[in-house]
Amino acid sequence: MPKTILEMRGISKFYPGVNALDNVQLSVEEGEVHGLMGENGAGKSTLIKVLAGAIVPDEGTLLIDGAEYTSLDPKQAINLGIGVIYQELNLVPYMTVADNIFLGCEHSFGLFTNPSATNKAAKEILDDLEMDIDPTAQISELTVAYQQMVEIAKVVSKNVKILVMDEPTAPLSTKEVAQLYQIIERLKKRGITIIYISHRMEEIFELTNKITVLRDGRYIHTVATEKTSRADLISAMVGREVSETVQAREAPKGEALLEVVRLSGLRFWDVSFTAYKGEILGFGGLVGAGRTEVARAIFGADEIKSGTMKIGQKAYKPKSPRDATEQGIALIPEDRKQQGLLLSMSVRENSTLASLPQLQNLGLLNLGRETQVVGRSVAKLGIRTPTIDKAVRLLSGGNQQKVVIAKWLLTNARVLILDEPTRGIDVGAKQEVYKLMRELTEEGLSIIMISSDMPELISVSDRILVMARGRIRGELHRSEFSQERVLDYAAH
Amino acid sequence: MQMAETKEQLDLPVPKADKMFNLQSFVTKYGMAVVLVGLIVFFSIFSEFFLTQQNLTNVFRQVAMLGIATVGMTLVVLTGGIDLSVGSTIALVGVVVAIAMTALGLDIYSAGALGLVVGATVGLINGTAVAIFSIPPLIATLAMLTAVRGVAYILTGGLPVYGFPKEFSYLGRGMVGYVPVPVTIMFAVIIIGWLILNRTRYGRFIYAIGGNLEAARLSGIPVKFNLIITYVIAGVFSAIAGIIMLSRLNSAQPNVATGFEMDVITAVVLGGISISGGEGRFTGVVFGIFVIGVLSNGMILLNVQDYWQLVIKGMVLMLAVGLDQYYTRLSHRAAQRVQAASLSQGK
Repeated sequence: MPKTILEMRGISKFYPGVNALDNVQLSVEEGEVHGLMGENGAGKSTLIKVLAGAIVPDEGTLLIDGAEYTSLDPKQAINLGIGVIYQELNLVPYMTVADNIFLGCEHSFGLFTNPSATNKAAKEILDDLEMDIDPTAQISELTVAYQQMVEIAKVVSKNVKILVMDEPTAPLSTKEVAQLYQIIERLKKRGITIIYISHRMEEIFELTNKITVLRDGRYIHTVATEKTSRADLISAMVGREVSETVQAREAPKGEALLEVVRLSGLRFWDVSFTAYKGEILGFGGLVGAGRTEVARAIFGADEIKSGTMKIGQKAYKPKSPRDATEQGIALIPEDRKQQGLLLSMSVRENSTLASLPQLQNLGLLNLGRETQVVGRSVAKLGIRTPTIDKAVRLLSGGNQQKVVIAKWLLTNARVLILDEPTRGIDVGAKQEVYKLMRELTEEGLSIIMISSDMPELISVSDRILVMARGRIRGELHRSEFSQERVLDYAAH
Repeated sequence: MQMAETKEQLDLPVPKADKMFNLQSFVTKYGMAVVLVGLIVFFSIFSEFFLTQQNLTNVFRQVAMLGIATVGMTLVVLTGGIDLSVGSTIALVGVVVAIAMTALGLDIYSAGALGLVVGATVGLINGTAVAIFSIPPLIATLAMLTAVRGVAYILTGGLPVYGFPKEFSYLGRGMVGYVPVPVTIMFAVIIIGWLILNRTRYGRFIYAIGGNLEAARLSGIPVKFNLIITYVIAGVFSAIAGIIMLSRLNSAQPNVATGFEMDVITAVVLGGISISGGEGRFTGVVFGIFVIGVLSNGMILLNVQDYWQLVIKGMVLMLAVGLDQYYTRLSHRAAQRVQAASLSQGK
């Protein structure tokens, strides 16, 4: 009988108006990989912060290795062997790998640092984990995947017993994910217990032994991974039956809205395709295949080297995003926070940002009309916000994405390009986004959807183009859709 | 279904914001107003002259030029920029208008218009350097601070210019009813500033550019054009301040208003505009302007020595920014809590 290394009992944390955690429990056995799942806002992060000592719970106790605590402080948590790899890595970009690993516990001669001893010790740790990283490299020169490895090495060097990983694969490419899996295997061999948070079902099933599900700050259940299924997990997380995909529909084929002929630009060549009215055209491929670059070029955000485009019968040559917007093209970028939203501005201001000319009278904004217009969008898209003047920073990922969509719908766009429309959005909200995309095409829009999420690509698209290394490698019609085929083209 | 549920909820009247008293949001919203009232109470207790009509008129008159230049600076700072060339622009505009009225013999209106064009030109150079050549605003306007001052010296040979038409003094010393002309102009400029930021497309664009440049660009906002326009507006407002100062002093001196931009930046920051751009309300700036005005006036009434006045002003700036940072941190923490708790941690 393996021993229980961590037990959290009856943990509650209340904030005015919300119960972030309400009598939550978590029991983890030594050496296992324990999946922690739930929609955004289910309380996973809060629970982890309690464990890491970042938050003091209002009620409940923690049993770590048999010792009982009512709360921890960060230092205590580290000393007890609890380590957390957050999504935002805590590394100093302009310091070396070795210096980062030993940040706070440097090797030194009295007042002076001892670089050779630091590098040597770092090398030992990295070699031990079979990570091929030069300890003298500067963090800022490494890819995110390697930075993450350094973060893991840093935590492991502190004699970690329980390692929490919060969506570690979110920023990684497929190949890098495989690398991470290997590292997790090695950590397991060293007897490190892992609590693994992820939205991705494939990972949860591949990696974990047991899964705990939270919903709305409450504990739902803990199950052995082999005794559950995707569908069960999803309904436990959402609290109702939700299909992950949408039903197939007859591929409608309207008139050609956007025609792209032999377009070349930044890291893509010779791309030709046509987007039809009423259709969702999926763009599949691996991260870095050039899909985002094509989208940005069509939107006038990056330069076009050669090739032509037509909107309807008219030649289209965007000089800038503004120009593209005026001609009915909209791009909803992959990175909402960096490129799509003004986080400190309100739902109102974000929604109308691209369509303000329509809301002016004599150079002054008609705020009354704006309120109406935004109110209608909020209702139509089902954006959940207490008021339209709430800062979008305070909304959930799904609602933020809807605000970005609202912004572009108000510009009367005819071709909507969505780059990874549901990244970081939870299962329930994904459904709403898909449904919304369908509705929009039924109203006569053409949607181009770039997606690296295979089930999404296959179930939502009416037609799929697959890109690899900057070129279109294949086209699939609905009857030909399969994961294998997409992957086959993507690996070209 | 989820959508149906949502729609039902949304047909209800949109709920009002939380009415509960919240010290943080009160301080961020009305902090400067509280400080202003505090200063007024303090000075009225310690100086019997403070609350006289005569003195209050003085306070307004003293802040007029500061107020006008501050409106322009507010726009610039909201885009995430800064304009260090304000003081030099005031000097150059004064010199040009003075020469126009004396040596060139232009009438006061043409001379004034010429002054505005000079201010706009300085702004255009600032804006072009920042927007087109991607020179950091701090450096671009620092260069202009030096160069523009140099031009003012070249034009005058370092000597004062005087002997203006008599009616020119109306601008600096005249009254509209009971209100001095500079104060009237300041209020007009403040109203224009408020309208720009709260009621125009351009105002939204400024916040958007300062808040997230890439998102603004991808929303189809002509970022470069709007940046240039912002510096031009700031230049024009500096020019207005410069013409008023010329009228008040009744002589143009190339070394006038040295370091004036620092007072202007102080007013903007006191007003709660984030120095990194994109955040802050215009009403706060209006209080910021009057806090500086009342503080300067009160210290004079209390016979605080000049050198000490500088020390106190510096400390006030430090304190204001310190408090602002403290409350920003608190409110970000609160936002994180709310996110972690009820909504999303957002990916």
